[in-house]
Amino acid sequence: MPNIRDYANIVGQDIIDELFILAEKLKGITIQNINSTSVGGGVAEILTRMVPLLKQLGVNVGWDVIKGNEKFFSITKKIHNALHGLNVQITQEDLEYFLEVNRENANEIPLYGDIIFVHDPQPIALVEKKKEVGKKWLWRCHIDFTHPNEEIEEFLKKFINQYDTAVFSAPVFARKLDIPQVLISPSIDPLSDKNKELPQEVIDSILERFGIDKNRPIITQISRFDYLKDPTGVIKVYRKVKKYFDCQLILAGGGATDDPEGMKVLEEVKAEANNDPDIHIIFLPPASDIEINALQRASTIILQKSLREGFGLTVAEALWKAKPVIASAVGGIPLQITHKYSGILTYSIEGTVYYIKQLLNEPDYAKKLGENGREHIKNNFLITRHLKDYLLLFLSLFHKGDIVYL
Amino acid sequence: MNTTPFYFKTEFNLVYLLGIKAKNPKELLEGIKIVPESSIYYHTHRFLHQHHYLSPEPPNDFAYWLKNILNLSELGEKIAAVDIVKFKKIEDIRNEFIKILEDYISKGKYIPEAPEGEEFYFKSCTTFVLSTPYVAHNLSEFIEIIDKISINSLYFHIFEAPLRLNKNENDFSEWLRGIGEIELAEKLSNLDPYTITLEGLRKKIKKILSEKICQI
Repeated sequence: MPNIRDYANIVGQDIIDELFILAEKLKGITIQNINSTSVGGGVAEILTRMVPLLKQLGVNVGWDVIKGNEKFFSITKKIHNALHGLNVQITQEDLEYFLEVNRENANEIPLYGDIIFVHDPQPIALVEKKKEVGKKWLWRCHIDFTHPNEEIEEFLKKFINQYDTAVFSAPVFARKLDIPQVLISPSIDPLSDKNKELPQEVIDSILERFGIDKNRPIITQISRFDYLKDPTGVIKVYRKVKKYFDCQLILAGGGATDDPEGMKVLEEVKAEANNDPDIHIIFLPPASDIEINALQRASTIILQKSLREGFGLTVAEALWKAKPVIASAVGGIPLQITHKYSGILTYSIEGTVYYIKQLLNEPDYAKKLGENGREHIKNNFLITRHLKDYLLLFLSLFHKGDIVYL
Repeated sequence: MNTTPFYFKTEFNLVYLLGIKAKNPKELLEGIKIVPESSIYYHTHRFLHQHHYLSPEPPNDFAYWLKNILNLSELGEKIAAVDIVKFKKIEDIRNEFIKILEDYISKGKYIPEAPEGEEFYFKSCTTFVLSTPYVAHNLSEFIEIIDKISINSLYFHIFEAPLRLNKNENDFSEWLRGIGEIELAEKLSNLDPYTITLEGLRKKIKKILSEKICQI
């Protein structure tokens, strides 16, 4: 696990010094994170990295996990899907059980924090305890909140509005709420296996393993095999470009083998590829971070042609490697790419084809986009910025006004 | 002559979502009329913070949206051309935007709608100001520190003082004037920080000050 000071080589000593200055202002304040799992899933992954770094900065921070049985988590899964806009049946009985489990947890978990930082909907109703125990309460929504099912949104809003502040990952997720809403984007860790620098030999050996020619242009999309990532659309793009450039396509990503839809998409993608030797469909097992890193670093252009996207951190990963990225303007992607400044935003297969050809023909322009992209990610989407935002978020609970002197 | 040392400060912004969005120029105008001052400030200065490596002339968010999302190049250009540096109050910047948008709408010009998900989302920010360990007692110390401070610190002293803290000029010029360096103060005061990257600005300030030291 990296130390906070290791990041100075990447973001600059001044940025790390400023994090310490900010953290100092939180002296005497304890922050208690609460979520629903300590392993697996994006939230646990973020907390696993953030909590030790916050501690190294001198912040008093803890992390607790609620308890729930299979029935509870099947209900929270339904809530999750409903928030994604899927049409799922959630009964009154389900909601009552959801509340019952939250109340049991509220009585069992010692609420020792001065700030109770609740993550995602599973433990959202713990806030009912606020009247009794006081303290400052934060709710962090990590999921896509663009088209939530209205009934579930109304149900959750009753709890959200009891918090002091809600936190969302992208502006499109903002709702009409009675409480302040803060924008905090997710981040990537430049020192993780997925993003750290790799020796050229490692990259070459991985290309060799997958039979990819490093001397011809490589166009890559890294994503799960999912309809919403439009992998067959990417193949259509490739075929149109292939008429003009002798390029290769990599479609690489993971997916659970017990996910029937994932397997179906994978089969359709293979059928669409029709044994073209220059289309590399790579189904990666979990813990393939080094492979993903190497494939991104070996690419000439990286695509993220998603039809829907939560935040789309694969874009940040690609930009961090100074790659020119062409992506759809969905979810959090427009926050990461400013069109023609730090990448290209497209809306169609034809547009994507046009820009790939342009970037292959104009490598200097492509290089500039990649460099700007890396700089943009460095300034805005690395874990150090995430830490800074969290520190400010905690401080904001104790200070009001447009300009606060600390 | 003033001999007060210069205490370098730094700043950070926490961004708020206002839950107000616009899908066309009319709704943008309505939003601009009602959002808090800190929102107008945020949308005219965000690019400086987040894209401070880009040059020249980072646009404001309103102009960028009109031009790149709604394809209203002329209107976008007019909004981008609002000379922020000449305004002393954020309310005056707001009124300038209102004037341009009302003029456009009253002429019955084309009103396109943004695609779903690409509406303009109004945000605002709280600015936290903190002290840094850096203190300059004289010009040479000042030049040395200019190299070490973060972009956030440079930004605070150059942009915040004249626009949000009701001062007549940026903090650096004010201090230089105080220690009798009138010419340097004027030179720094006459820089247009909106048409240069922050790193470019740092270099320029250093160059102006170093030339003076060489003369001594």
